[in-house]
Amino acid sequence: MSPLLPSLAELGHLALWMAAGAALVMAAAPLRPALVGLARPAAIAHGLLLIAAFAAMSHAFLVSDFSVSLVATNSHTAKPLLYKLTGVWANHEGSMLLWVLILGVAGLGVALSRMPLGETFRARALGSLGIVALGFLAFLLFASNPFERLDPAPPEGLGLNPLLQDPGLAFHPPTLYVGYVGLVVAFALAVAALLDGKVGPAWARATRPWVTLAWAFLTMGIALGSWWAYYELGWGGWWFWDPVENAALMPWLAATALLHSIRVLETRDALRNWTLMLAIAGFTLSMLGTFIVRSGLLTSVHAFAVDPTRGLFLLLLLLGLTGWALLVWALRAPKVAEGARFAMTSREGFLVVNNLLMMALLAIVFIGTLYPMALEAWNGRQISVGPPYFNATTVPLIVLLAVLMGLAPFLAWKRGTTTGLSRRLLIPGIAATAAAAAALALLGVSGLLALLGFAAAAWLGIASLQLLLRRGLTFVRAGTALAHLGVAVTILGATASGALQREALVSLPVGDGFEVAGFTVTLEEVAPRAGPNWTALEATLAVGRNGAPVTTLRPQARTYTSPPMETTEAGIAMWRAGDLYAVLGKPDGSGRWQIHFWVKPLIHFIWWGALLMAAGAAVALGGTFRVTALARRRRTAPAPGPAPLPLPAE
Amino acid sequence: MSPARLLPLLALLALGVFLALNLGRPQQATIRSAMVGKPVPAFALPGLDDRPGLATADIAGNGPVLVNFFASWCLPCRVEAPQLKALADAGLPIHGIALRDSPEDIESFLVRHGDPFGRIGLDREGQAAIAFGSSGVPETFLVDRAGVIRLQHQGEIRPEHVAQILAEARKWR
Amino acid sequence: MAMSARQLAVALLLAAAPAGASPPGPPAVDPALGTTPLADPVQEARAMALMHELRCLTCQNQTIADSNADQAEAMRALVRSRIAAGEPPESVRADLIARYGDWVSFRPPARPDTLALWAVPALALVVGALVARRLFR
Repeated sequence: MSPLLPSLAELGHLALWMAAGAALVMAAAPLRPALVGLARPAAIAHGLLLIAAFAAMSHAFLVSDFSVSLVATNSHTAKPLLYKLTGVWANHEGSMLLWVLILGVAGLGVALSRMPLGETFRARALGSLGIVALGFLAFLLFASNPFERLDPAPPEGLGLNPLLQDPGLAFHPPTLYVGYVGLVVAFALAVAALLDGKVGPAWARATRPWVTLAWAFLTMGIALGSWWAYYELGWGGWWFWDPVENAALMPWLAATALLHSIRVLETRDALRNWTLMLAIAGFTLSMLGTFIVRSGLLTSVHAFAVDPTRGLFLLLLLLGLTGWALLVWALRAPKVAEGARFAMTSREGFLVVNNLLMMALLAIVFIGTLYPMALEAWNGRQISVGPPYFNATTVPLIVLLAVLMGLAPFLAWKRGTTTGLSRRLLIPGIAATAAAAAALALLGVSGLLALLGFAAAAWLGIASLQLLLRRGLTFVRAGTALAHLGVAVTILGATASGALQREALVSLPVGDGFEVAGFTVTLEEVAPRAGPNWTALEATLAVGRNGAPVTTLRPQARTYTSPPMETTEAGIAMWRAGDLYAVLGKPDGSGRWQIHFWVKPLIHFIWWGALLMAAGAAVALGGTFRVTALARRRRTAPAPGPAPLPLPAE
Repeated sequence: MSPARLLPLLALLALGVFLALNLGRPQQATIRSAMVGKPVPAFALPGLDDRPGLATADIAGNGPVLVNFFASWCLPCRVEAPQLKALADAGLPIHGIALRDSPEDIESFLVRHGDPFGRIGLDREGQAAIAFGSSGVPETFLVDRAGVIRLQHQGEIRPEHVAQILAEARKWR
Repeated sequence: MAMSARQLAVALLLAAAPAGASPPGPPAVDPALGTTPLADPVQEARAMALMHELRCLTCQNQTIADSNADQAEAMRALVRSRIAAGEPPESVRADLIARYGDWVSFRPPARPDTLALWAVPALALVVGALVARRLFR
């Protein structure tokens, strides 16, 4: 490139500044009626400029432009192409750039979609998005500029943390961020609704797709993160109630509650204030999550960017944005009545109980995550709040939720009648009893919570299948049934992989073997291996059962060269929807090798269930788009006969 | 407007203040031993070939004395070697506990970096470290005359710590 | 599991440690038990359950059952040895807490200053139910 022309990286930096200008226009547009018309063009410009900035950064990574400091510190010419690209967001600055990119695209979505609530409402929603974007752009430009240059450019980059050179982790952040940004849009729509004072079914219909989208992506993002930790971190677990995991779980719990309360608002025009509060809470918790992960406030297995100064900036951003939203809520909410009331045994009655349980779970995760820090600040005593606490407190609530989830979709809206319900629940009831009895008698499971887990999974799974097979299937109901089925599958996977897991941690010389849960494992050899940017010691473990070979596991202890780092690569083989999982530890100096071996039955159900949940959300979204398309057609053509819409009161 | 409407806002502000106050102080940067203020734990370790080992009885009743956990494979242990020598020269006895180390490596470590230790115990399996509530090397415990642990110093002893440790030792004479 | 002469000597020395003013010394620890399960499956299950609730102090948020670190191995050996000697798991946990503080156990203690932690699940349900009651007719 000619030295007279600015480089692409500089143009990207410029685009970021211009996007900040566009965000300022978005934020200012709703203030004066004359400016309202500027909101849409500003949002479109904002989105396009952020796409351009992100494209410039991706280009710098792809061509290994080491004059960009971020590329030099996080990339390497020898890196595979895919990880050059995902390397853009595998670092603090780049991941924040990805965050604002997704926010910009969401703004495009709000600007270009149909808006039955009117242009003033749209301008107000875009105004809130603009304010959020301004905050994050200021954070990027002043505290974490991704386009910072190096002069002279180094000849070679430092490389990417090898733990991040992995498909699971490469796509975990973008997925999670789409979820977070979906909640930002729900937040912006809630603030606009508060300012308008018009909260009702129409608002709920406009907001629900965003919430559904956010929920689906949060579900997938959390599942990807859990799956990655499971096969990459090499400790055999899939969820540890670690602060970083909890940080992602809290917005998901709020989004789940919101997804259900917004249905009540849409169908019955009830729970208005509560739904708005949940929309604000979902946003607050996703900001809190970002803050916890980025500030290094809490120790975690997933320790990433740790910087107290940036933490303070994010904290002020969090307080400013949500404080303002809560102030608007406090001032305007009295003008919004809570809406219709209903019977306890109605559908909405159960959805309220769902919200209640979700909030209780949220309170547990929140207090459990922050309590050790609070206690140490208060009296200096260090405690750990780990799985024993979270499992004991959340599992009973989750079982209760599963029982109610099986029931609720069969209840009618508004009415409190329960006729015919007992007949319908006979089969799930039998299935639940049979599952618990089989676990107790055949599998030797004795823990009460585990037995309840098996029963709850069977109950909810069968009830959801019944819902799916019921006559008059609509998009929304099919989505509900699929998502609930997914929850049942995840509960089954979590329960089985925990209660039926067998493990052995042994130290043995090459040629020796051991036995676990009917499997015979033999350490056949330990040999060096070399990859493109790593060397490793690889163990060959022959696994057999009843005298027949089952599989060969090859766990590795890897050493990466750029940057230098040691990792463990677990040897994993699928066995009947479960896994055989082996980790190679250190040699003890006398020719013995440490091997950690697990049998984890049905563990894949955990992530298959999450996939089903996201699929359910996609089906429900499909229904929304069908309704939109139909509404459009009806506007052009004179009204046809009975509308073939999936009527809310099904 | 009812004041109850302001509750969420107040809760948020309280959370913000709390988080801001904790921001500069990462949680659990060091894991303090709970043995400070308690008697030296019961332990007995073998020594190097030509020297006696270390046991509770060598420490209890003979204080104030320092117990220094070290290892030849530990870099900060080399950094603190001059300070240990200064403490020993000032008349404060120091006993060493070598963590997960071989006698040969310890010998060459002592030759290269100096030997301020009265007795040295070999904690091959790390059980003495657990008994002391220690979580790494280097770590130094001050034991008073009555055999009670009075101070735990985590990480290497830097020059500025020497006077502090001596003052503390004088307090428990 | 055969013990080397050296390991046996260490174990005997540890066992023979004088009681005196010090707390009673721990029973002999067989270092091999850091990587070898106990022969008795009931005792092994008991030890496993406890090891899954103890923190590896040199790792970030891992239990000693999950970690490959040296100290985790030493702690596993201690837990298994003492459970094999017939000590109840809660007494082993209490002894480790006496050395490392509550931080070592992932199960938070039940104390006046953790009351709020343990009360939150019930409290959240009660407060939520009171708020929600207004919605029903």
